[in-house]
Amino acid sequence: MNLEEYKGVYVFAQQVDNEINSIAFELVGKGKDLADDLGTDVTAVLVGSGIKDLADQLAEYGADRVIVVDDPECKEYRTEPYAHALASVIQKFKPEIFLVGATAIGRDLGPRVSARIHTGLTADCTQLDIGDFPLTPVPGKEQKHNQLLMTRPAFGGNTIATIACPDFRPQMATVRPGVMQKRPRVAGAKAEVIEFNPGFTPDNKYVEIMEVVKAVSDTVDIMDAKILVSGGRGVGSPENFKILDDLAAVLGGTVSCSRAVVDAGWKPKALQVGQTGKTVRPNVYFAIGISGAIQHLAGMEESDLIIAINKDETAPIFDVADYGIVGDLNKIVPALTEKLKAELAAK
Amino acid sequence: MKIVVCIKQVPDTKGGVKFKPDGTLDRAAMLTIMNPDDKAGLEAALRLKDQYGAEVTVITMGLPKAEDVLREAMAMGADKAILVTDRVLGGADTWATSQTLAGAIRNLDYDLIITGRQAIDGDTAQVGPQISEHLNIPVISYAQNIKIDGDSVIVERQYDDRYHVLKAKMPCLITALAELNEPRYMTPGGIFDACKAEVTVWGRANLVDVEDSNLGLKGSPTQIAKASDKVRKGAGEKVTLDPAESVTYIVGKLKEKHVI
Repeated sequence: MNLEEYKGVYVFAQQVDNEINSIAFELVGKGKDLADDLGTDVTAVLVGSGIKDLADQLAEYGADRVIVVDDPECKEYRTEPYAHALASVIQKFKPEIFLVGATAIGRDLGPRVSARIHTGLTADCTQLDIGDFPLTPVPGKEQKHNQLLMTRPAFGGNTIATIACPDFRPQMATVRPGVMQKRPRVAGAKAEVIEFNPGFTPDNKYVEIMEVVKAVSDTVDIMDAKILVSGGRGVGSPENFKILDDLAAVLGGTVSCSRAVVDAGWKPKALQVGQTGKTVRPNVYFAIGISGAIQHLAGMEESDLIIAINKDETAPIFDVADYGIVGDLNKIVPALTEKLKAELAAK
Repeated sequence: MKIVVCIKQVPDTKGGVKFKPDGTLDRAAMLTIMNPDDKAGLEAALRLKDQYGAEVTVITMGLPKAEDVLREAMAMGADKAILVTDRVLGGADTWATSQTLAGAIRNLDYDLIITGRQAIDGDTAQVGPQISEHLNIPVISYAQNIKIDGDSVIVERQYDDRYHVLKAKMPCLITALAELNEPRYMTPGGIFDACKAEVTVWGRANLVDVEDSNLGLKGSPTQIAKASDKVRKGAGEKVTLDPAESVTYIVGKLKEKHVI
């Protein structure tokens, strides 16, 4: 493999029902940072059916180029036609970096593509940098420059590892949604659009979609919320989440929860913050009756401001909270809601 | 029907993670368990065995002591067990691991391969889909509600906001989530039989159609640049106040930070 042939930063622009997912814009934003460091540009790869019109949106968030793979076989996500699409793009255009969102789709697609083209894939990255590998010179080993350094939590968030892929291209990573920042939208920005169809011939690997069942849900995605009022087992009962709902309503926030709450059946999985739930970074995160297991902290510790209320002063949540209040949530939360109502009404 | 289930012995991160003085993970001091998603995959296989009749083979790659999880699987009801162990396989990333397991599975007849979605030590969710790619069979990850229909398998596949009901021709590979089911316990008779049962041990020489350059640390495209304990941001203020003072305190901070 001649590594020099591989140029440019590529990102998979995930769309569902011809609507681009937020992760695509996050990856374009991060991809642009990496491309700037490398002196190259960023290309978004859009796969679907009837999706050409979406290319401009990617340009507005920073894509220099958009490769569009538009084919009826790619209407709904299936592993095989999508893996074929990305592997074909990689073989033809030879990117040095290829980023995929660590979504339910990306975590299925990434490994299949990386196995097909024989390269490394680092899962669920929370940080990406360009740098040297090895990080510091090691006698007898060539130090390579301009490598993608991919950082990710492991062992349930207890350790953090930085991984490189020095001898294979592209360097592939899946990236946790909600971690990378979008660039500000530039209305009217245009990108070079390249239509590319590698041809799709169904074989044994094409599964048949018998039915698509969309969850009927009017809940706000907790990853988009600016203020999260998050409850744990300490809230005590599903009914008692009412006091969190009230606080969230006053602040224009959204209620989320810990894994214990989902396991107890009090709240749906979609509201779960943490390692096996969602990564959130709101402006304000209220952790109410949440002890703060390491798996929970992994999903929320990047929040700008963390306010914890817990009656157990030894709860690990206090180790990451900016402001921790040791006390009874049943007394504090309703009183806080009333006080905020009064404050906001006075404005 | 023949089902192969891939399982992994992992440190039990729930019981707390232990570190050596030099900061590396002290695996010897940690309890090991069968990876939860893999156990759910095994349970799914055993339910298919109960319902349709099947031969269930469990396979693991690991150190010799990984035999423990194979015996546990047999005590739950698996029929055969294979341990793939060899010094040259050590230090493998997901590419090299999936090459190894695919190389071992090529020796077997199978209709269905079930793996856990991901292992709790690495959380990558890559090995299952990568095995399917090496074996050139379809993959359905995050499977729920597995049914057999003639020569096909029908599975619900969960996405963020929807699920697909998918039909794949066997042989195929599916990955299972711990939420899929409640794994059965080992039975006393099962434990007794599992102690006596034979575990087949394979090494490098038993792997089919795999090149040395794709195995172990040397065959791993990804390399660790650095590993360390997670550095967390320090604790902020912690106060113990009565409820009214607590409210004043929080409102004060929200004003200070221009939230309200």
